Amino acid sequence: MTAPDAGELRRLTRELLAAHPPATTGRTDFLKARFDAGLAWVHYPVGLGGLDAPRSLQPVVDAELAAANAPDNDPRRIGIGLGMAAPTILGFGTDEQKQRFLKPLWAGEEVWCQLFSEPGAGSDLAALGTRAVRDGESWVVDGQKVWTSSAHVARWAILIARTDPDVPKHRGISYFICDMTDPGVEVRPLRQITGEAEFNEVFLTGVRIPDSRRLGPVGEGWKVAQTTLMNERVSIGGARIPREGGMIGPVARTWRERPGLRTPDLHQRLLTLWVEAEVARLTGERLRQQLVAGQPGPEGSGMKLAFARLNQEISGLEVELLGDEGLLYSDWTMRRPELVDFTGRDAGYRYLRSKGNSIEGGTSEVLLNIVAERVLGLPAEPRNDKDVAWKDLSR
Amino acid sequence: MTAQTAVGQAPDLLYSEAEEDLRAAVRSLLADRADAPSVIARTESDTPYDPRLWTALATGIGAAGLLVPEELGGQGATHREAAVVLEELGRSVAPAPYLTSSVVATETLLALGAQDGPVAGLLAQLAEGRKVAVLAVPFSAASAGTPAATGSLDATLGPIADAAAADVLLVPTADGLHAVATDAPGVRVEPLVPLDLTRPLATVALTGATGTRLADAGASARAVDRGLLAGAGLLASEQLGLAEWCLTETVRHTRERHQFNRPVGSFQSLKHRMAQLWLEVVSARAAARNAADALATGSPDTPLAVAVAQAYCSKVAVHAAEECVQLHGGIGMTWEHPAHLYLKRAKADATAYGTAGRHRETVAALMELPAP
Ligand SMILES: Cc1cc2nc3c(=O)[nH]c(=O)nc-3n(C[C@H](O)[C@H](O)[C@H](O)COP(=O)(O)OP(=O)(O)OC[C@H]3O[C@@H](n4cnc5c(N)ncnc54)[C@H](O)[C@@H]3O)c2cc1C
Repeated sequence: MTAPDAGELRRLTRELLAAHPPATTGRTDFLKARFDAGLAWVHYPVGLGGLDAPRSLQPVVDAELAAANAPDNDPRRIGIGLGMAAPTILGFGTDEQKQRFLKPLWAGEEVWCQLFSEPGAGSDLAALGTRAVRDGESWVVDGQKVWTSSAHVARWAILIARTDPDVPKHRGISYFICDMTDPGVEVRPLRQITGEAEFNEVFLTGVRIPDSRRLGPVGEGWKVAQTTLMNERVSIGGARIPREGGMIGPVARTWRERPGLRTPDLHQRLLTLWVEAEVARLTGERLRQQLVAGQPGPEGSGMKLAFARLNQEISGLEVELLGDEGLLYSDWTMRRPELVDFTGRDAGYRYLRSKGNSIEGGTSEVLLNIVAERVLGLPAEPRNDKDVAWKDLSR
Repeated sequence: MTAQTAVGQAPDLLYSEAEEDLRAAVRSLLADRADAPSVIARTESDTPYDPRLWTALATGIGAAGLLVPEELGGQGATHREAAVVLEELGRSVAPAPYLTSSVVATETLLALGAQDGPVAGLLAQLAEGRKVAVLAVPFSAASAGTPAATGSLDATLGPIADAAAADVLLVPTADGLHAVATDAPGVRVEPLVPLDLTRPLATVALTGATGTRLADAGASARAVDRGLLAGAGLLASEQLGLAEWCLTETVRHTRERHQFNRPVGSFQSLKHRMAQLWLEVVSARAAARNAADALATGSPDTPLAVAVAQAYCSKVAVHAAEECVQLHGGIGMTWEHPAHLYLKRAKADATAYGTAGRHRETVAALMELPAP
């Protein structure tokens, strides 16, 4: 079978819409039907949500579906599964793993979380110390993870753990799929700057993971994790946002509607940020066009950096613009939300939550290192941890 | 346009194959004829422009006539192609009256919509690179409501960019737009000492000069606006090319230069600055391409696209040139190294066709984000 072209994809999408009218079909049912039709991610294999079509044709399907107001899989809820677990499972999973996990993940029936960061290993993720010890057909896992978003609602987790402490840190790691309902998995809310607990501490005590849920070869978990991390950083930038579609929107609206709040200083700052937000939008649009034209550029690594800084500056300006109102906060009650709600809540919340944008998924400092070394080709800093066994590193 | 207007047809922000071919041709010409030592030497001579370079660019490559329709003697291309030429000119800070004559003056004349007569005749000469024309308004003037520079053909105007290289001045007065030959009686072009050595400035003194009246006052004002809008929009591409050169050279230099027994480019404080600059250049490219595409397609979004590009790209070019000087250390302060040419061009460009602040005011007006 030859790969479908744009016209064929458009036809298949219309067929899907006709058989499952968005107005009368539930979200989950629609998403499952879309998966079965191979229109979930068109570049995936047939039977796994795709049609072996060029990745660049996905926008054709997305545009048709958006125009028909079809339900989408809210990326805020299933971001980790969709953006990170799925491409990793596709790249490294066994047939059985692919069959088992991809469809419920796609439809948002099963939420995923990412058990990577540890108290002693954040930016230096490969230094992690959570142990996995082989015991017959299983691995026994002990350790502690931290900052785990959505662990309290997750059914599954992608997990990296140390399987060999006697080799340098990058080489002794393996990658697993962890069942969050298994005995020994304990999730404790970790209250954050906004008052709520989006993320958690996760304690793993004698958790038994069958070897059939290992992703990739033993000791090559770091390589597998690279796929996850790369996808984490580029999962932004694919969507098309309208002008004023981001955080600048609420500020601009407030400015228009409430002349009494305007001051000359705020005006200058607003205009500067408005221009920068518009340029960031255009840069994202250019990236999208490059992907469609099949010439992906390195711009993707920059988008997360740009949005983190802009979100922080814009929300900071918004708090000041609101004057006395900016002195208030909607609600400090400790809650455990299912989603990050960037637009529904007030300016103070946005200001505080956006501080995480330059930390989560790799800090801005680490991303600048990546741009400098991999895009600009600047030399790496000297390092002293490459040829030392993990167990001999100073901690 | 209002804030609520949806963005229509998405702009094409990439480069076509034909545009890349044009880039390659211009780049190899400039590498031949406008390398750094010859640009520096040229700035110290009495003739700021190299006539052979101009002939090769304007006539050989046909760059001068890109914006002019074929039936008027041009190439019938668009602002997208002209923008690519400007990227390359920015990258080499080559002295050539391209922006002023082939873009601003040409666009002003095109806006008059003439199919024959003196306007069409002059356009054909500009398109063939046989004549150079400049708009006689101060180089800092921005589009949108720029008043006529003078009430009559008795005035002193300036600073005018590239007037020293011009055969014809386009002078907007209270009663219309006039084409005045620079060698006509009553016209004196007096060179000034410019901050940007690669783009000469001059004062134009008119005393009872005469010329050909090309348009009445209303048409003149609209045409001048249009010329300046195109100038500002495509200046962003020159700024982009300039910033790219600065970043590339700085990366190259810091990779090679060793201090403390390692390349200085391996120090994180420098790497982060260059990575940040890279992000700004990538963003400037999107903004500049958007402005060029809007001008090329006649999009109703053009005034906003141009204002956004200018408000953003001016800062990026200056930042890139300043970092270039700083991260080159002492060598960046020397006359022999070309970094200063880029800094001077970038800083002057930040005033040309309206400052970033001036363009932000335009954004405020178009997007209904009024001042207090
Ligand atoms: C809201 C939020 C949600 C998160 N969700 C998850 C999740 O679901 N799963 C998960 O596994 N993790 C998650 N994280 C963790 C996140 O990936 C880490 O916090 C992040 O990678 C930084 O690690 P760290 O916190 O240990 O900081 P550290 O690595 O200790 O960094 C401290 C400071 O040092 C700087 N720094 C470190 N190394 C360098 C260097 N080489 N050069 C320059 N500066 C450096 C950092 O930039 C930072 O400013 C989340 C974090 C946040 C804030």
